[in-house]
Amino acid sequence: MEFPEELKYTEEHEWVLIEEEIVTIGITDYAQDSLGDIVFVELPEVGAILEAGKPFGVVESVKAVSDIYSPVSGEVVEINEELVGAPEVINTSPYEDGWMIKVKLSDTAQLDDLLDAEEYQEFIEEEV
Amino acid sequence: MRVGTSGLSLNEKLIFEHSDPGRTGYSLPKLDVPAAKLQEDLVREEVKGFPELSEVDVVRHFTRLSTWNYGVDSGFYPLGSCTMKYNPKVNETVARLPGFAWAHPATPPHLAQGALALMFALQEALAEISGFDAVTLVPAAGAHGELAGMLMIRAWHEAQGRPRTKVLIPDTAHGTNPATAALCGYDVVPVSSDGILTAETVRAAMDEDVAALMITNPNTLGLFESEIVEICEAVHEKGGMVYCDGANLNALLGIARPGDMGIDVMHFNLHKTFSTPHGGGGPGAGPVGVVEKLVPFLPAPWVVREGESYRLDEERPQSIGRLRAFHGNFGILVRAWAYIRTLGAEGLRHATEMAVLNANYIRARLEGTYHLPHTRRSLHEVVFSDRDLEGDCHTLDLAKRLIDYGYHPPTIYFPLVVKGAIMIEPTETESMEVLDEFCDAMLAIAREAREEPHKVKEAPRLTRVSRLDETAAARKPRLRWEEG
Repeated sequence: MEFPEELKYTEEHEWVLIEEEIVTIGITDYAQDSLGDIVFVELPEVGAILEAGKPFGVVESVKAVSDIYSPVSGEVVEINEELVGAPEVINTSPYEDGWMIKVKLSDTAQLDDLLDAEEYQEFIEEEV
Repeated sequence: MRVGTSGLSLNEKLIFEHSDPGRTGYSLPKLDVPAAKLQEDLVREEVKGFPELSEVDVVRHFTRLSTWNYGVDSGFYPLGSCTMKYNPKVNETVARLPGFAWAHPATPPHLAQGALALMFALQEALAEISGFDAVTLVPAAGAHGELAGMLMIRAWHEAQGRPRTKVLIPDTAHGTNPATAALCGYDVVPVSSDGILTAETVRAAMDEDVAALMITNPNTLGLFESEIVEICEAVHEKGGMVYCDGANLNALLGIARPGDMGIDVMHFNLHKTFSTPHGGGGPGAGPVGVVEKLVPFLPAPWVVREGESYRLDEERPQSIGRLRAFHGNFGILVRAWAYIRTLGAEGLRHATEMAVLNANYIRARLEGTYHLPHTRRSLHEVVFSDRDLEGDCHTLDLAKRLIDYGYHPPTIYFPLVVKGAIMIEPTETESMEVLDEFCDAMLAIAREAREEPHKVKEAPRLTRVSRLDETAAARKPRLRWEEG
């Protein structure tokens, strides 16, 4: 299972790629593996205002339906339209083609609360 | 004896594929009156795709399809949380009495006194069983009952002049609760529990914006929420209400009453606790019990007694209004009433005792082989996980293999708080022989997983079709028949 060094992580199993004031968000390899085959994704619309810690979308697998929580507050500037027709991409490429949304941050201080790859890996080992 | 075996299974086409033009299942006498002309634009030359079959074609079609079914009348159906109880046949006999079966919903009350008397008696019986001050029979299903209950809570807060915004829901609550809260316009605040919710957790989450806590007791792990009285106090202290999902009421009959615990509103799933059919998606019934202060908000109509007669009360100024046409799914109410009257107070208590005993018997036989994530005493259902299943076999494989042994698989991957959950609810009607055969199958599968895991991973093998591609079915569903 992979946990790229350049990403930040949450305890709800989202990853965040930070590029100045725009961040890209998706779910981790561990999350997609636990969920199993993903069959449906619901994402917010461009322009939606997100609040850190609140759900911004839904991911449904053959096993369960789960909320996806926003690690940050800000405005959605882009969503991955590909996922609507091909949600399986989240299983095959959680960190690259399976990205979900891009958000323009309203509060960069929130990034300090995120975990780095090593901390996240420790967290999931404890959880298991 | 192993229940699951193989046998000849007859294949069957779609009914559209049977069709032969001109074939019919009826024959009409010769026309002996002048033919009337229909308006031309109303006449079609051909109804496309409309199957044409003889009577025997139709009978065989549906009889064959029925043999592919598995129901509680075919065998053990241990579906946790859903409570797939056997439906006693006396319920059906009573529901088919002409006075009940033929009653038209628009019959004026003075000509429907028998039906109204039954509804009133059922309201009273459910109130007595649950400890609430009043019960409405209107909602058409459990989730509809939840909606009714939460709308009453919302109406009550509004009537106090201080509407609220949030609803607390513990992670062991029933799956429909968050949807109900959201539909009533509330923000859902999930509350973590470690199998059992503590009053301390609730107190920390409570504030003056919380309209209600929605709790399921016993919860979806089959565990009794032992701090329920303190939990209700913590919610009431801040002016909130407590909603209880009554899905698991069958663990409490005659032993404990939610109304006595401090709960303000609860729905009853008549198709679970009171043995009415789950049917192909309905009809169901989800009566709701409330404490006195919520009585003005009950939906209309409500059956009331005046002297020796009964009427439908529609004049309810603070009511949340009508939830559906007419007065509820009356035929289901008759069946539930039959169940309550057949068993009586002692019988209902005994049903609960047997449901709890049966779940604990299964738990005792499987514990040690299957991992039990929560070790507190179970009530009417028990949740295991696949942690100790060997051979890279998981809960899904176990469930599929149970089919080969002749069982409807239990609920799997729910509740979400247990990884790889399998949730078993035997209900009160099953004998020790049935429970032993099922436990033997579960233990045999654990052995197969260790020694011959391919048997488990390739299951089911005795069924008409082997394991279906659930992913493809969900991603690319084919929902329409097309000619050719």
